[in-house]
Amino acid sequence: MQLDAKIPSGPIEQRWDDHRFEMKLVNPANKRKHSVIVVGSGLAGGSAAATLAELGYRVHCFCFQDTPRRAHSIAAQGGINAAKNYQNDGDSVYRLFYDTVKGGDFRSRESNVYRLAQVSSAIIDQCVAQGVPFAREYGGQLANRSFGGAQVSRTFYARGQTGQQLLLGCYAGLNRQIALGNVKMYPRTEMLDVVVVDGAARGIVVRDLVTGRIWSAAADAVVLATGGYSNVFYLSTNAKGCNVTATWRAHRRGAGFANPCYTQIHPTCIPQSGEHQSKLTLMSESLRNDGRVWVPKEPGDKRAPGQIPEAERDYYLERKYPSFGNLAPRDIASRSAKEACDAGRGVGPGGRGVFLDFRDAIQRLGKDVIEMRYGNLFEMYQRITDEDPYQVPMRIYPAPHYTMGGLWVDYNLMSTLPGLHVIGEANFSDHGSNRLGASALMQGLADGYFVLPYTIGHYFATHKPKPLDTDHEEFKRVEREVEERIARLIAVDGTRTPDSFHRELGKLMWNDVGMARSEKSLKHALSRIPELREEFWKDVRVLGGRSEMNTALEHAGRVADLLEFAETMATDALVRDESCGGHFREEHQTPDGEAKRDDENYCHATVWEYTGDPGKPNEHREPLEFEYVHLQTRSYK
Amino acid sequence: MNLTLNVWRQKGPQDAGRMETHYLKDISPDTSFLEMLDLLNEQLMGEGKEAIAFDHDCREGICGMCSLVINGVAHGPQRATTTCQLHMRSFKDGDTIDIEPFRARAFPVVKDLAVDRSSFDRVLQAGGYVSVNTGGAPDANAVPIGKEEADKAMDAAACIGCGACVAACPNASAMLFVSAKVGHLAHLPQGQPERTRRVGAMVSAMDGEGFGNCRNYYECEAVCPKDISRDFIGEMNKDFRRAALGGR
Amino acid sequence: MNGLLASLGTSIGRKMVVAVTGLMLLLFVLAHMAGNLQVFAGPEALNSYAAKLQSLGPLLWAARLGLLAVFGVHVALTLKLASENKEARPTAYAHQTSVQATSASRTMVMSGLLVVAFVLYHLAHFTFGVVQPGNHELVETLADGTTRHDVFSMVVLGFQNPLVAISYVVAMALLCWHVSHGVQSVFQTLGLQSARSRDAVRKASLGIAALIFVGNASMPLACLLHLVDIPSGN
Repeated sequence: MQLDAKIPSGPIEQRWDDHRFEMKLVNPANKRKHSVIVVGSGLAGGSAAATLAELGYRVHCFCFQDTPRRAHSIAAQGGINAAKNYQNDGDSVYRLFYDTVKGGDFRSRESNVYRLAQVSSAIIDQCVAQGVPFAREYGGQLANRSFGGAQVSRTFYARGQTGQQLLLGCYAGLNRQIALGNVKMYPRTEMLDVVVVDGAARGIVVRDLVTGRIWSAAADAVVLATGGYSNVFYLSTNAKGCNVTATWRAHRRGAGFANPCYTQIHPTCIPQSGEHQSKLTLMSESLRNDGRVWVPKEPGDKRAPGQIPEAERDYYLERKYPSFGNLAPRDIASRSAKEACDAGRGVGPGGRGVFLDFRDAIQRLGKDVIEMRYGNLFEMYQRITDEDPYQVPMRIYPAPHYTMGGLWVDYNLMSTLPGLHVIGEANFSDHGSNRLGASALMQGLADGYFVLPYTIGHYFATHKPKPLDTDHEEFKRVEREVEERIARLIAVDGTRTPDSFHRELGKLMWNDVGMARSEKSLKHALSRIPELREEFWKDVRVLGGRSEMNTALEHAGRVADLLEFAETMATDALVRDESCGGHFREEHQTPDGEAKRDDENYCHATVWEYTGDPGKPNEHREPLEFEYVHLQTRSYK
Repeated sequence: MNLTLNVWRQKGPQDAGRMETHYLKDISPDTSFLEMLDLLNEQLMGEGKEAIAFDHDCREGICGMCSLVINGVAHGPQRATTTCQLHMRSFKDGDTIDIEPFRARAFPVVKDLAVDRSSFDRVLQAGGYVSVNTGGAPDANAVPIGKEEADKAMDAAACIGCGACVAACPNASAMLFVSAKVGHLAHLPQGQPERTRRVGAMVSAMDGEGFGNCRNYYECEAVCPKDISRDFIGEMNKDFRRAALGGR
Repeated sequence: MNGLLASLGTSIGRKMVVAVTGLMLLLFVLAHMAGNLQVFAGPEALNSYAAKLQSLGPLLWAARLGLLAVFGVHVALTLKLASENKEARPTAYAHQTSVQATSASRTMVMSGLLVVAFVLYHLAHFTFGVVQPGNHELVETLADGTTRHDVFSMVVLGFQNPLVAISYVVAMALLCWHVSHGVQSVFQTLGLQSARSRDAVRKASLGIAALIFVGNASMPLACLLHLVDIPSGN
């Protein structure tokens, strides 16, 4: 496996412009001759599919949901960043770039991040033109709010439903292209493998989730926009359907997997209420704009929050990070919450929670203002917990939320498997080891609207893929493999449900490869995962037929892939013998508990090559260079 | 809590379907409705029976994938709440709960409680967009939009496209959904150039999908998890009238 | 959409026609009521009003035919819409309930059809004289010796039959029920109400419905209770 990041040279401000000029174009008449498969219809996939179709390519778009507009991007609450500097508070492309590199704890690729900051403004323009109803000031101008890890207000939002509104805008553009016949949409269709012909990705094998039919689609390039793998923890803020299958299957076919140990644990989620729980619910980070995080100073203080006097409260984020306070970046806020709870100062059932208190904000601004800003989030909290956050502080606890790791891509967003492009959360590119709030939506749309549509043309112009259809022997072979695997899953006919294995894996990963990791915990995980995988293939029970809608079969296939992926993820966490961003190795911390990076030995992206054994992948490294934002200890004090 | 559940089972679109009774014991009131169904499915699979198919995804009330008609009410008894956000504390120990799919000709049952709502997508494909290509947009602040109008657009845009309005309407009409989509763009300057064409095209598409006709019952509004107001139906009617009379 | 005609091919267009015809029928009901209320002013007022209407000749027939057409369109389109609505949900819910729909809104077709039945009865009664032929043949001799149809006596004598009077009161209750949802529905369907005016429209709708009931039911009740009676000596 060769890692050539294809990063342009020259001053960073010029790189993307120069590169766009240097890339070869496909002339408009020839675009009709090229077809693209886009897997996933969230912000990245939906925007890419629509934009590629506008350019004239023939696009086939797939999603497992019943409609593209249900992709999990829809659940993003808080907002989307852009370096518009509408607030005149000193923002700039360079500052957004700087904040993102620093926020990522110096484990991202500078050139990619700079490009992301550059196109961020155009994203907002595009979304407004589509009719995204961003929040406005009375004068009719766009409103902004601040978000973790930044000292400027650059976050655009639509109540607490920014992801939904952006996705609806993007889906509207996609619908227009579907109506025009430029995009063929395949909902309720799950990708189960990639087909590689002559060393390039030329198609996918899918299962129709309604009829169970296995079939394949061929194209000149394949784009994966299939999101992250937080559901390896079972309990996460991701939708139930989110899974690693598409990226894992591509990995098995030759795409390198970069930094799988980089997972983001979001600090403001509703704590788990019991064993029945099927998922965790995020409360937007924007709440930290007005909410104050605290725990009782004394361990084991069981008084009701209202009974605890001011002097006996520890507003620990404000105390430890006076300049960022409650807006400290996510990894730091999460770890601080864990630290407080580990010290016995946690609140709520099992002591796994901290308060997020709006008392002062309500006093200062009035209930109306708070309701206008966060009303729907407060309602959601009350529905789930049966507690009124206007009266008592919210209880929050960190939960897995986003994965910075993903398939490795070069500057053109192409993986190590030629023709296979990866965009959005599914790739590893822009967030390093920690993503800043409101940057996921930005990256998904940047990739789909403004990067991939250029770079994929260059791929076509330089590689000139030969015409091909699904009668090709390789398609038939992969289809057979997929069929056989499904038959094997059903044939096990054991005693345990797929969900019980998923829960067990999740618990193991949360305990051993979660918010804090150690050599000991990782070695434990690495010994246990293969055993669990073996048990799965001996004892899983999948009822129902293969030629019909079968949710248990779908789940079993996804769990089987998670069970393989988890081992590579734990391996990566063990090999990265430093702490950085969301990857916290207990062996490597400063005396006051901050992550301690080892730039000497680990200033690189680790890219894993599949070898047939997920526990023994081949390691490759892409060195990371920091020419502009110089390596420094990240401080938010 | 202990529950008796009457659940609709239907093998596929061609099957006639029937209600099936199951018993579930020791459910925590903090369990969500879908988690309760998860537990029922685990129990069924333990008995060697096939799990009940139902649609769900985000489980935080925003993706619009979950459905279900619970005791005759789409998304169940709690107002402005999706099924996934409904918790068992809304029920009592010993309750019997009837669980049915959304029923409409335009939402054929796929299996058990899962239905095909692609008719909504086709209605939106008929005109639920602003025709703007990527790259051609002016600066986002170039056209100011008053806060009140932007808020109204957002009220309509909050629709999650779950289809509860159709399920609840005695006539299986999709007017609340379509009017929310039309209303979202009608309240924004970006939506004006295609406003007339959009309302005509989307209403025709809606009719073509076999939804019923609105008779102003407002059951849709009562079950809408996002509290979309009936006023958007009135506004769409107004747009439609103006379009029909050739005015703007 | 190509204007008005094409819009009739759509659900909203058809509903608008139902709304407009409903509104026309409502206006007729109000005018009809206003005319008939002259029964309280005595035989002279009512009979001369009736004679004036009769004297319109072809104009009266044009109005009658127009009204019939409006009525026919209103009923026929409603039935078409209703049959489409039935098709829109082929499998009924096992558990049926409703959350906020008013009973008036849910029974519009039924109340409407009963009003149709009443209208036929009403025409048979007073216009064609099939129900109480004796009363229908009554004439009044005027001072100049000419005669005219004695509508007043026909009405009063007719309503003094308790069965007839009660059937009219019941029918007016149904009409009131129908109109109470009908008026606000017209405003919604034609897009004439806004969030601000919505409550006023609802109240006006209930007010008009109540007015129709009180005005129309007062006549049979007054006759039945002999508050309005045939003048003595006749």
